Amino acid sequence: MKAKIIVMPKKTVLDPQGKTVKHALESMHFKGIKDVRIGKFMEIELEDGDRAALEKQIDEACHQLLSNPVIEDYTFEISR
Amino acid sequence: MRFGIIRFPGSNCDQDCYHVLANVFGQPTHYVWHKDTSLGDADCIVIPGGFSYGDYLRTGAIARFSPAMKAVADHAKAGGLVIGICNGFQILCEAHLLPGALIRNRSLKFICEHVQLRVETTDSPFTNACKKGQILRIPIAHGEGCYFAEPAIIKQLQREDRILVRYVHNPNGSVDNIAGICNEGRNVFGLMPHPERASEKILGSEDGRLIFESILKSAVNV
Repeated sequence: MKAKIIVMPKKTVLDPQGKTVKHALESMHFKGIKDVRIGKFMEIELEDGDRAALEKQIDEACHQLLSNPVIEDYTFEISR
Repeated sequence: MRFGIIRFPGSNCDQDCYHVLANVFGQPTHYVWHKDTSLGDADCIVIPGGFSYGDYLRTGAIARFSPAMKAVADHAKAGGLVIGICNGFQILCEAHLLPGALIRNRSLKFICEHVQLRVETTDSPFTNACKKGQILRIPIAHGEGCYFAEPAIIKQLQREDRILVRYVHNPNGSVDNIAGICNEGRNVFGLMPHPERASEKILGSEDGRLIFESILKSAVNV
């Protein structure tokens, strides 16, 4: 099984990288871009097991290490 | 006063700190490897600058889980002094020994230059040899030095007089111009600037000495 994790800077946190990329896209004449925010995507390969137990484990991993709750939010999904 | 300097893979200001404490100030100083579970007989722990664990994931995120950091947390809880410089500040935030986090500089650039710091309070073991409002000229060298915390935390830091130093000219986008803060017990201090790089005349500034002199002075007062 596989966990796919997305970690994003919180809305209240400055994202100068996203802002810079937004300006670059605009200067390339891409239209209608309202906002760009840049985060991280992670994949974790897991041994097969009880889905609820795996979810609990990944949630803990996200909270303790993979994200910093002070500045980031995370979401994840577990799939085959 | 006995100093212990934590070394992680990727620390690179450890020898500068050692030189200043051992050779400039003549204090008994030893290194603590990140895998050590004991800090030896250190009264004050220094977490030096650098790129612990290559800054992988987030600055300080991996270092926080090393055995030595568990010992540092116990040391801090018992009231022992801890100073985290640059990457050390980032590690202390990740370890929740200090609130908030350090994120990418607003300019996205790594900044290496002397800056002016204003000492905001002398009520701490790290600034008690300074004068309130005194301007210190000390270098910064970081890509992730923009201090961030939620407004409620910033208000608490202000109310409790825990912002020890502010930038006179904000170089990195830090909230409220914060360059260094202490914990509630005032025994843990994190700052982005490098006082160890400004402790000898030959290096262009000796203002950083005041931080170390404060620490030594606090030992005498105890």
